[in-house]
Amino acid sequence: MADIITKATRIGYAEGLLYLGETDEKVVVLDADLAGATQTAKFKQKHPDRFFDCGIAEQNMIGIASGLSLSGFTVFASSFAMFASGRAFEQIRNSVGYPHLNVKVGATHAGISVGEDGASHQCNEDIALMRSIPGMTIINPADAVEAKAATIAAAKYDGPVYMRFGRLAVPVIFDRDYKFEWGKAQVLTEGNDVAIMATGLMVNEALMAAEQLKNDGIQARVLNIHTIKPLDEECVINAARECGCVVTAEEHNVIGGLGGAVCETLSENCPTPVVRVGVDDEFGRSGPAVELLHLYGLDAAHIVESAKKAISLKK
Amino acid sequence: MDKKLKRELEMQAIRIRMAVIKGTFNAKSGHPGGSLSVSDIMAYLYFHKMNVDPQNPDWEDRDRFVLSKGHTAPALYGALALKGFFPESEIERLRKPTSFLQGHPSLRMTPGVDMSTGSLGQGISAAVGMALGAKLKGADYNVYTILGDGEIQEGQVWEAAMFAAAKKLDNLVAVVDNNNLQIDGTIEEVNSPYPIDKKFEAFGWNVINCDGHDFDEIDAAFTFADKKNGKPSVIIAKTVKGKGVSYMEYAVEWHGKAPQQEEYVEAMNELEDRLSELETLAAQE
Repeated sequence: MADIITKATRIGYAEGLLYLGETDEKVVVLDADLAGATQTAKFKQKHPDRFFDCGIAEQNMIGIASGLSLSGFTVFASSFAMFASGRAFEQIRNSVGYPHLNVKVGATHAGISVGEDGASHQCNEDIALMRSIPGMTIINPADAVEAKAATIAAAKYDGPVYMRFGRLAVPVIFDRDYKFEWGKAQVLTEGNDVAIMATGLMVNEALMAAEQLKNDGIQARVLNIHTIKPLDEECVINAARECGCVVTAEEHNVIGGLGGAVCETLSENCPTPVVRVGVDDEFGRSGPAVELLHLYGLDAAHIVESAKKAISLKK
Repeated sequence: MDKKLKRELEMQAIRIRMAVIKGTFNAKSGHPGGSLSVSDIMAYLYFHKMNVDPQNPDWEDRDRFVLSKGHTAPALYGALALKGFFPESEIERLRKPTSFLQGHPSLRMTPGVDMSTGSLGQGISAAVGMALGAKLKGADYNVYTILGDGEIQEGQVWEAAMFAAAKKLDNLVAVVDNNNLQIDGTIEEVNSPYPIDKKFEAFGWNVINCDGHDFDEIDAAFTFADKKNGKPSVIIAKTVKGKGVSYMEYAVEWHGKAPQQEEYVEAMNELEDRLSELETLAAQE
């Protein structure tokens, strides 16, 4: 097996911003005193005239983003997922979502893989919060290649987007000529025994789980759900219908995220047993990121176990 | 200020007040008190100060206006209708399900509204973003925003104030409608923001105090704010909640309640009397 290259999705985000900086003079980037961590400092260095640090004031940053977007700019506003989606939730809801403005929230350090900083900084609620805002698009890329492509695609889309990136370096799955298809789920492996619908860093875990399941004669269909909202309902329903059971996998609370979205869609269109892999409605804790991911069951082993459970639930 | 212009603005302010009463009466809800306290400033902005075109509401070089105290939308709607952004008859349909006049301003629904507001503290941030956007584009329009004096209890207002001064946004003018009353009582009783002027001064703003019902003072304040000295400006306008309708003046109960039939007639009579008085004066001048 070739060496695995790892890279955090926030690095892909910065690469996307750098590309946009060169190609689109309307792109403006904001941060809230975390430019080094969110990686927007790279954009700042190249385009200091189109970068504004709002300081530790996320609520105001979102309003500034609204005002800039109303002045014709495409704005990327960055902070940690906790503060972007949590602290500034109502600003995103009322000053971005309701007026449907062209603001992209670039939220990094999402999920439990923040690691040592602990629960106060490990946001497992952002997808649920953002999903509840009408007209919001939510993108959660699986690797740095997809993160870059999604960032570039977000600038072309006119409307609010919440983009979720991670701190931890994760395996690069896609190669350089990867094409990001806005709003489309992507079938990564074919199979009809169980559908594994994964997002973010859990996509790689799902691929490993699918390999392991083969040893038991189980063919899993792995879906990469990079766009959580709007959900690619057609692809999700087809996979559920053809496989007969579903596992969802996300680095997020099992409530309100991808698992919730899939269950809502399937229960109305194609009732199917679904087993949700995610943070089990609890807060995280401090520790090395990879250790925490195993501790909270956010790994291939738990997906394998869940796939078998899902299969056992088939009628 | 030119006498004729002043008289004209006084009359427009009365017409805005009539729209406030008409709108809230027909809606059976809304916020007349604070709408009446900002009516003179709204008249000044829309009929003298701001460069806007009702035929072309999205004109790129227009001055921008953000009603950060979004609940006083009836005064904004009155000004927009009188200016010609939409028919005055729409005022009577305020807050109705088929109307484009929402309880609080909506960017996507109402011609002439530059930003959706209503959740206090958020409008000023958007206004600051617009001022920054103008600087970035090299455009020379101004951005105006009106805040409530209770609204400045929101922390976000001070985040925005700090940012605006730090980025030297001298194309931004904020007004604090200092009518001294909020839902739960006087602003001192509830959670005093005084001294408001000293706070903004400390945040690096030009601060101008004025009587928010005296057009000479309002004009002097906005003219001072035009000096563009590298600082944003704030006008602290001393106002009377419910101004122009005697029984609503200084009465906190009129913050968020609509007049009943008899109250409506009484308010409209008072405003109509005042308007004909002004019209007579104007004819004599």
